[in-house]
Amino acid sequence: MKNGSNLKLFLLPAVLFVILLFLPAFIPRFYVYILAVIFVTALLAMSLNMVVGHGGLFQFHHGVFYGVGAYAFALMITKAGLPMWFCFIVSPLIAAIVGLLIGWFCVRLTSLYFGMLQISLGSLIWAIAFRWYSLTSGDDGIHGIPVPDFISSTSSAYYFILIFFILCLICMYLIYRSPFGSTLEAIRDNPERCQAVGINVRLHQLMGIVIATFFAGVAGVLFVVLEGSVFPDMLFWVFSLEIFIMCLLGGWFSFAGPILGAAIIVSLRTFVGAYTEYWTLILGIILILLIFFLPEGVWGYILDKFGSRAKGTVEGGSK
Amino acid sequence: MLTVEGIHKSFDDFKAVKGANLTVEQGELVAVIGPNGAGKTTLFNLITGQLRPDRGRVVFHDDDISQLPPYQICRRGIARSFQIANIFPRLTVFRNVQVSVLSQQGKSWMLFRPAQKLAVDETNSILESVGLLDKAGNAAGALAHGDQRALEIAIALGNEPELLILDEPTAGMSAEETTATMELIRRLADSRGLTILFCEHDMEVVFSVAQSIMVMHQGLTIIQGRPDEVRNSREVQECYLGGAEPC
Repeated sequence: MKNGSNLKLFLLPAVLFVILLFLPAFIPRFYVYILAVIFVTALLAMSLNMVVGHGGLFQFHHGVFYGVGAYAFALMITKAGLPMWFCFIVSPLIAAIVGLLIGWFCVRLTSLYFGMLQISLGSLIWAIAFRWYSLTSGDDGIHGIPVPDFISSTSSAYYFILIFFILCLICMYLIYRSPFGSTLEAIRDNPERCQAVGINVRLHQLMGIVIATFFAGVAGVLFVVLEGSVFPDMLFWVFSLEIFIMCLLGGWFSFAGPILGAAIIVSLRTFVGAYTEYWTLILGIILILLIFFLPEGVWGYILDKFGSRAKGTVEGGSK
Repeated sequence: MLTVEGIHKSFDDFKAVKGANLTVEQGELVAVIGPNGAGKTTLFNLITGQLRPDRGRVVFHDDDISQLPPYQICRRGIARSFQIANIFPRLTVFRNVQVSVLSQQGKSWMLFRPAQKLAVDETNSILESVGLLDKAGNAAGALAHGDQRALEIAIALGNEPELLILDEPTAGMSAEETTATMELIRRLADSRGLTILFCEHDMEVVFSVAQSIMVMHQGLTIIQGRPDEVRNSREVQECYLGGAEPC
């Protein structure tokens, strides 16, 4: 029985991967681009969900770390002229260091206060990107960031992003199933009890934030690879809210939920946004329905309905 | 092993504990009794670091632990259960106990090994000793009250403590459940060589099980001694038992 469920666990992602591998040959370039946007956004939402869904932290300003990763990458290439591979490795680390600094203050507070402090500290970073014109070009952002030829076309960028997206997902999945991930979930459920079994709750949460912000930094770099530009809106708190909604929408107690949430929001923004600038109105209505009818999110609902999950548990949701 | 010396704690103007003393010797089964609001739970919270004392010392193996955070106190060998079942409701019973076993083994930080395969034997043996092995896969939040209390103790055992502190382990239990739980506690003390400190409302239970009893009243320690000493103490009868002969 165990083998059967394991096989099922790997079969679906494997089939999906093969489809995604060959898809760019058959669909118009625009859709390839949209898919790549979905991967980047999904990676960002997944990284947020590590701390929100699995860690129970109110990480309200996750967009900052995405933006820091992207800006670090863009600035190191355009201003410092450093080699791309170096920038590619260092930028997520810079995002993680900023995550460490902000997180170091935030983990001292709980629940909403954690979130409020993070919005404040994150907004400081946004203000730097927005105001320091000589470095970041302020509101205009930085455009035409040169990327190597082999990833400059849409379909090659697509494959590049797909590979890193999947690598990151595998890493996240391993972390999610590791003792660290397990402990993080226990902290989410009952921090007081975790203290009493000898777990340094704050340090664990901080580590969770650092890992999550690292992956957000990776997403930021991939964004630059795809778009060739950065702008301060990436660090604005409204965007952070949108990522948060992706987690809620997809299902924040399941592993793969945020991917679905990101896909839904990106599609809505692209396809409904083309008809009306009031696409957020539709998003709002969807959210209201979600809260009433699918409190576990869309993916949570699918797992609940069709998945052969262990009875009585909501844990163990997989891709 | 553990000594509490003249400990004080107040919340705003309310003095919850104002001079509690307690001695726990290796291998003993020590009970703290006292009416509601006597400060028993506060005393336990002070020992295990959930609260910090305003005054006084908590000495464990010659070290003052009164200013340490809970997780460090736990690592020194004091584990506890809580009065209100304080478990991880969304996790399975197995994972509830595994969390503390992993913490004890210093494996909480492992990032890329699957947790499923770690500490399985240890966790299962603890679940077996408290009679929850057949429910290992259930969600902890869905357990019956009595089972949740047993799980509460199982989580504490995961830390392989020297000293186990149980805050009213039989709260809200029927007479049979109470007997079964006390039987379990006595068995654990014997088989694992545990020193146990617990507080309890049921007089009969306390006097039948405990080797040493400490009586608290309005935040003060009145007496600590063997059951017969406590039973015959005039002060205890006046303050706590209302002059009536216990049992």
